[in-house]
Amino acid sequence: MSTTPARATASTKDIIVFDKVNKWYGNSFHVLRDINLNVKQGERIVVCGPSGSGKSTLIRCINRLEEHQEGHLWVDGTELTDDVKAIDKIRKEVGMVFQQFNLFPHLTVLENLTLSPMYVGKVPKKEAEEKAMMQLKRVRIAEQAGKYPLQLSGGQQQRVAIARALCLTPKIMLFDEPTSALDPEMIKEVLDVMVAMADQGITMICVTHEMGFAKAVADRVIFMDQGQIVEQNNPHDFFNNPQTDRSKDFLSKILGH
Amino acid sequence: MAETIIFQSLPSRPAPTQTEGLVPWAKANLFANWQSTLTTLVVGALLLYFIPQFVNWAILTATTVPNAEACRTPGVGACWGVITEKYRLIIFGRYPLEVQWRPLVATLLLLALLVASCTRAFWNKWLLVLWVVIIGTFFTLMYGNVLGLTKVTTDRWGGLPLTIMLSSLSMVMAFPLAIAVALGRRSKLPAIRTFCTIYVELIRGVPLISVLFMASFMFPLFMPQGVTIDVMIRVLAGLTLFAAAYMAEVVRGGLQAMPKGQAEAAASLGLSYWQTQGRIILPQALAMVVPSIVNNFIGLFKDTSLVGIVSLYELTGSLGLALNGDADWRPYKLEGYVFITLIYFSFCFAMSRYSLWIEKQVNKSKLR
Ligand SMILES: Nc1ncnc2c1ncn2[C@@H]1O[C@H](COP(=O)(O)OP(=O)(O)OP(=O)(O)O)[C@@H](O)[C@H]1O
Ligand SMILES: [Mg+2]
Repeated sequence: MSTTPARATASTKDIIVFDKVNKWYGNSFHVLRDINLNVKQGERIVVCGPSGSGKSTLIRCINRLEEHQEGHLWVDGTELTDDVKAIDKIRKEVGMVFQQFNLFPHLTVLENLTLSPMYVGKVPKKEAEEKAMMQLKRVRIAEQAGKYPLQLSGGQQQRVAIARALCLTPKIMLFDEPTSALDPEMIKEVLDVMVAMADQGITMICVTHEMGFAKAVADRVIFMDQGQIVEQNNPHDFFNNPQTDRSKDFLSKILGH
Repeated sequence: MAETIIFQSLPSRPAPTQTEGLVPWAKANLFANWQSTLTTLVVGALLLYFIPQFVNWAILTATTVPNAEACRTPGVGACWGVITEKYRLIIFGRYPLEVQWRPLVATLLLLALLVASCTRAFWNKWLLVLWVVIIGTFFTLMYGNVLGLTKVTTDRWGGLPLTIMLSSLSMVMAFPLAIAVALGRRSKLPAIRTFCTIYVELIRGVPLISVLFMASFMFPLFMPQGVTIDVMIRVLAGLTLFAAAYMAEVVRGGLQAMPKGQAEAAASLGLSYWQTQGRIILPQALAMVVPSIVNNFIGLFKDTSLVGIVSLYELTGSLGLALNGDADWRPYKLEGYVFITLIYFSFCFAMSRYSLWIEKQVNKSKLR
């Protein structure tokens, strides 16, 4: 993993804007509270915080896997509402990688990658396959194209999942704890792929507790607790000089042993 | 620093107990302990007692001459003559004798279609065309009234052709309906959800006999004056609706068992609801419930025997038809039942074997 400090590759254009976003689960559970957040195009953000603080919910609002009830949320100039067309447009621009990989086990690796380009993007099969092979090479797994996901190791599956998301040529990539379900020896191969991706200028929002990754790649670390953004800073200052009692407490827990 | 110790792997050895071969197999499966040995002996004794008796009745002392007189001779076992004498009535029911080639050809075509539909090489869009053509041919041959074929009204149809047609058509129609109802029960729209739930609960709450009865006698009461729908169609609809309600619950079980992550991943890739269901969720959910669906199919195949309630004489019905009215042969119904049992069994067994094959196919992606 490279250890170069975060570079200012982010442009000045906001690609994601949360404006006082609130969300509830059911009637009583207030999971996101007054979220204000601007993400610049090309910016790389790491989101961390204790379990249950709403990190997953926050990033899942960006591609409407969850819907917010109050406030406004814009992604690449389109506001997310009930409008199905807007949702479809945004989902084409936002790729997502899940903790549990969520590959389609009944399709081969290659079919996992070509599915969306072919049926959503209406790309001809041959072209979709060529592009998929290119992405598989990028995550260094091209030789497994004909296998089924369950025949691969966890690390390999997660790299396939990353390649699948990249096949849509998204402007934004969301990662929800991409390495948490992996054995230690596989974490590095996935993080390496993500670091390489970070150099390509794609906007990345990554929920992770891999602090090495955050230090190496993130432009900004966002710390959440109880549905709120408690603190945000560049990784150097956030790790060396946390401002709030919550973040100090959290960092001492994850770094303390 | 100490010298590095070189790791050495142990050579692999064969397992200590031999599991292949007849004697080790019997030892492990039949005589493993005293309970197992006792069970083996008891079951073995019962088989030794009953099998010779059955063979004696069914083969050794049986007669095949179509002569009721010969059957009544003391000491004679099974009277297969009843089959030789009546098989056309049993298999084709009341269909006019002189044109029974028509149901024969129609049924063979239908069976060929079913076999083709079960074969991987035929799984393309032409299969759908084939279905339309063959079903069309089936009804043309059976009903006639065109191309110089005499008209045979549906109340004369019967026997095995009717069993196969009713069960295969209602299976083919019930399956998509079941999927639609299962999806409907999980719909976000309360109206659709409620409608599907009521349908399933209503149908499951009544026996098939009453569904058929209503389809046949009650439904016409609600039709406008002068409009009649053939009893065959009404019965087909009844069977379909009945089978679909049960199958829908099986399919729904498969849908419930799907991890949420699959639909979420599909959504994050921009797939629409129908693309997600059609390409991601249903293929996996249905693969999970293949055994139960085939179970439903087998049940439905045998349930068609209940259409006798509305005077349609499928295989079981036509057996009654063939023997009840004939005082000479009436005593040999048992042989008749053995005969149609074999027919039912061979179809059901084929379905059950086919389901095993399908299971193997769909599990290929799970093999390491
Ligand atoms: N569909 C749901 N219905 C009700 N409550 C939910 C739902 N999804 C999440 N929650 C609750 O909302 C809270 C925030 O969940 P979220 O998954 O966003 O947390 P997180 O910060 O990602 O936590 P973790 O680190 O454990 O993944 C948790 O308390 C969780 O139990
Ligand atoms: Mg989470």
